[in-house]
Amino acid sequence: MADNAGNKAAIREFILENISESTVRDDEDIFERGLVRSMFVMQLVLFVEQEFGVSITGEDLQFDNFRTVDRIDELVSRKLAAV
Amino acid sequence: MLYELTPQQQEDRASFVAFADDHLVPEADRWDREQRLSDSVVELLGKSRLLVPTLPTEAGGSGMDVETYGLLSEELGRGCGNVRNLVAVQGMVAHALLKWGTKAQADRWVPRIGTGETVGAFALTEPEAGSDARNGSMTAERTGAGFVLNGRKKWISFGQRAGIFLVFARLEGEPAAFVVERGTDGFRTEPISGLLGLRASELAELTFDGCVVPEANLISHGRLTFDLLATGSLDYGRYSTAYGSVGLAQGCLTASLEYTRERTQFGVPIRDHQLVRRMLTDMISSVEAARLLCRQAGALRARNHKDAIRQTLIAKYVASRTGFRAADDAVQLHGANGIGPGFPVQRHLRDAKVQEIIEGTSQIQQVQIAEMTL
Ligand SMILES: Cc1cc2nc3c(=O)[nH]c(=O)nc-3n(C[C@H](O)[C@H](O)[C@H](O)COP(=O)(O)OP(=O)(O)OC[C@H]3O[C@@H](n4cnc5c(N)ncnc54)[C@H](O)[C@@H]3O)c2cc1C
Repeated sequence: MADNAGNKAAIREFILENISESTVRDDEDIFERGLVRSMFVMQLVLFVEQEFGVSITGEDLQFDNFRTVDRIDELVSRKLAAV
Repeated sequence: MLYELTPQQQEDRASFVAFADDHLVPEADRWDREQRLSDSVVELLGKSRLLVPTLPTEAGGSGMDVETYGLLSEELGRGCGNVRNLVAVQGMVAHALLKWGTKAQADRWVPRIGTGETVGAFALTEPEAGSDARNGSMTAERTGAGFVLNGRKKWISFGQRAGIFLVFARLEGEPAAFVVERGTDGFRTEPISGLLGLRASELAELTFDGCVVPEANLISHGRLTFDLLATGSLDYGRYSTAYGSVGLAQGCLTASLEYTRERTQFGVPIRDHQLVRRMLTDMISSVEAARLLCRQAGALRARNHKDAIRQTLIAKYVASRTGFRAADDAVQLHGANGIGPGFPVQRHLRDAKVQEIIEGTSQIQQVQIAEMTL
């Protein structure tokens, strides 16, 4: 299992692959900047589930969990701790 | 990559072929004329655990993997597009509830759908919001008892038969999804008949007029309700539609090969005319190509690969167009018999057109493929 910094790097890399910009700060709201496309959230969930072996469910569905690299990383850490 | 079926998949496929040949092919034209599936086929699908086979066994499925589900969708699409649509919609509703609902909500509704005890319907489209479904105008407001729903949904598959409706509405400015059960006060369904294709999909228009549902029926609320729940369900449906279109095209091809061998004009079977061969070879190669795209999408979906969604869009876009072209050519090759009631190709042609409209029109697929690729 990747360490915390590794997780964050993987999340950042995935986001950069799927948005129209080449840099993103870890605390930057990628939705507010209008960087994401309509299928992005679905791809993001697939990625998180596949990469970290966790299952995103209804209780994780708050938009806030997905807005920044930091928040996604926190969600992943919470899920991993609960496994 | 070589998309060879495993021995188990070959065995499963053979049983799906037999199911379609025994139970769907002989009845599909009648259901099309009567604009209704028989109750017995719905029961049989439930009993055979084919309504939502991808659910775990305890939830009413048979734990079928997604690649095998594709093979099933192809054979259902070859046999009867309406049955394929029924199975797709049951999967969309059941999986949305299983994945995004609470455990209590999943326990309450999912096994009923999986076993066929109650049919589900997926109610997103409105009279004024189709491709732009995110901007529907149906509303939900909090009341003491739960939520009050107001608005209309249109073109809802199996809305005539369903007992459980997954309904999208706007709550406090954000998308939300609710379960509404038939019989709830202020909710009614009206059949839509006289369709061009998928005539036995028992479509309905739904009206919600001060319809109150309890708190326990709210499945999801917030922006991600659309981005994950609605979009994810449509992605599941697209995979089924893609494979179903391949099945439809294969049905047209098989019928055309047989007909052009039997039918003689100018002293030879018509398949010996070069222009006929051209149509047949176009059909043969495009069916193979579309099937390979579906296999690829299935392989990626099985691995939760991040490109699975885009590849499913591509498969659906290509397969639905292939289905329509194959059906068009099949009718042409059958001449007047293709127009008459005795051959399945005219039903396939009508059903094929619909595949280019549901789960995102061909134009919306193009927009999305471009958005995800460029
Ligand atoms: C048999 C059948 C079963 C159905 N079952 C269901 C169901 O179970 N549940 C459900 O919720 N819905 C269902 N639908 C509805 C279906 O999902 C919609 O018909 C579909 O999304 C298209 O919406 P529309 O018909 O309003 O067309 P519109 O969105 O009005 O589109 C009309 C035309 O404009 C084009 N167009 C629209 N926007 C763009 C754009 N941005 N760029 C380029 N072209 C564009 C479209 O491609 C199309 O050619 C069903 C429909 C049918 C026919």
